[in-house]
Amino acid sequence: MRLAVREAMLGFKRAPVLSALSITTIAFSLFAFGLFSLVALNIRNTLRAVESRVEIRAFLAENAEAEAIAAAMGDIGGFKEVARVEYVTPEQALERAKREMGEFKDVFEAGFLPGSLDIRLRDGFRDPTTVKRVADRVRTYAFVDDVRFGEEWVQKLYSIRNIATAAGIILGLAFAAVAIIVIGATIRMAVMARSREISIMRLVGATDGFIQRPFLIEGFVKGVLGGALALGLTWLASSLISRYFIRTEFFDARLAFLGLLGGAVIGVVGSAVSVGRQIRRVL
Amino acid sequence: MIRFANVFKEYPRTGVALNDVSFSVNKGEFVFLTGPSGAGKSSILKLIYFDELPSRGDVWVSGTRSKGVTRKEISLLRRKLGVVFQDFRLLEDRTVEQNVAFALDVIGTPPEKIHPKVSRLLTQVGLSSKSTNYPRELSGGEQQRVAIARALANDPFVLVADEPTGNLDDRATRGVFQLLRDINAAGTAVVMATHNIDLVKRANLRVLEINRGQVVFDSAEEKRRAPELTP
Repeated sequence: MRLAVREAMLGFKRAPVLSALSITTIAFSLFAFGLFSLVALNIRNTLRAVESRVEIRAFLAENAEAEAIAAAMGDIGGFKEVARVEYVTPEQALERAKREMGEFKDVFEAGFLPGSLDIRLRDGFRDPTTVKRVADRVRTYAFVDDVRFGEEWVQKLYSIRNIATAAGIILGLAFAAVAIIVIGATIRMAVMARSREISIMRLVGATDGFIQRPFLIEGFVKGVLGGALALGLTWLASSLISRYFIRTEFFDARLAFLGLLGGAVIGVVGSAVSVGRQIRRVL
Repeated sequence: MIRFANVFKEYPRTGVALNDVSFSVNKGEFVFLTGPSGAGKSSILKLIYFDELPSRGDVWVSGTRSKGVTRKEISLLRRKLGVVFQDFRLLEDRTVEQNVAFALDVIGTPPEKIHPKVSRLLTQVGLSSKSTNYPRELSGGEQQRVAIARALANDPFVLVADEPTGNLDDRATRGVFQLLRDINAAGTAVVMATHNIDLVKRANLRVLEINRGQVVFDSAEEKRRAPELTP
């Protein structure tokens, strides 16, 4: 291992330009990937914020009894899809209407609005089918006059989310594939530059594993450095966008670590493929 | 120790390189491979250090058989033999000492054993004063000595030399050849391919002459037959 680390470091020292080129390539490939991931992350967060507002509102009949309402709240609160049920009295409904539609304040002045049960759903249960299913169950209570959940709006939100997810996966995979191909090519150049060394190593009896090790370490270091550089660039881009255009959210520590890990994996895999191919050329 | 049994070697583009070659090399022997360019000398040497495998037939080297040999077994075999080439094949960006130490390093020799061994090898090939020089600072003869020191690093039972004096002047040729004889005298077998007929004639050692992929003359066979011919 000692020799493998030393050889890996010598690799950097002997070919500084090629090493810098590999790291920069890894960095820019991951930067492109990172930028896209950042866009995807922010779209997802925005959609999630919008999505969390999906709620079912069951309007209650004027003569609904308090005990029946309380029992129904207990029932509905027990549904696995439901996060929370809130009872809004007719007075509170009026207050809310006045607050939300200030310019029509006069209309509500002496008016009456029905009380309601406002039902919030859990994460993962806000798709149109589930929302409709819960709404239909709520509708079965005798004192429920009407149930509203903005069916069309939920449908639209979901198709946007699906399109965004599909585009995210396809473009993300494309960027990752490009990154791996480009990185593989630069590492292959580094391996070919040292083909003489590899053939001499084979000649004096080094095993394949031994020959590969320094290249894998080199690939790992390049990957991590490239990943760190990409992370820095993405952070810079995100800060600039936040300052001049629109507030964006940056990756949390876990995602940032995954980025570095991704760089390392790409570096190691790229090296393993390139050096493996080179080694297998000779007996 | 080395045995070729009905070995054929064919290349997809150039055709037959070896055509039914059989011979053996015993422990501690010195054997010249002679013959015109393209006769098959290098193919024989490559088959000895398993750089290539026969198309048909079998090669045994120190108990390792070519048929079904694994890459791992090839690595282990190469630790028991040394190879030198006409073009030396040294690492240009490493000193003489580092080039020799490299061979020991890559097979996992403990670090504390490397330096004394390298010093001893460089003394043996007469280059102890040039240990910190780079290959480009040395003459051809000296570079070949470094290559020989590297080949001897693992205490091989055989040294395989492909035209080791091909790029050297007369004086350097004599020096390198004497070094190979000294190594052989110490017990290491040597198989050397050469074009240098003068060298072969002067040495009075076993000669295998190769022509068109076949062994056309083996001095050891001749010697064995000679007593039978005398009345």
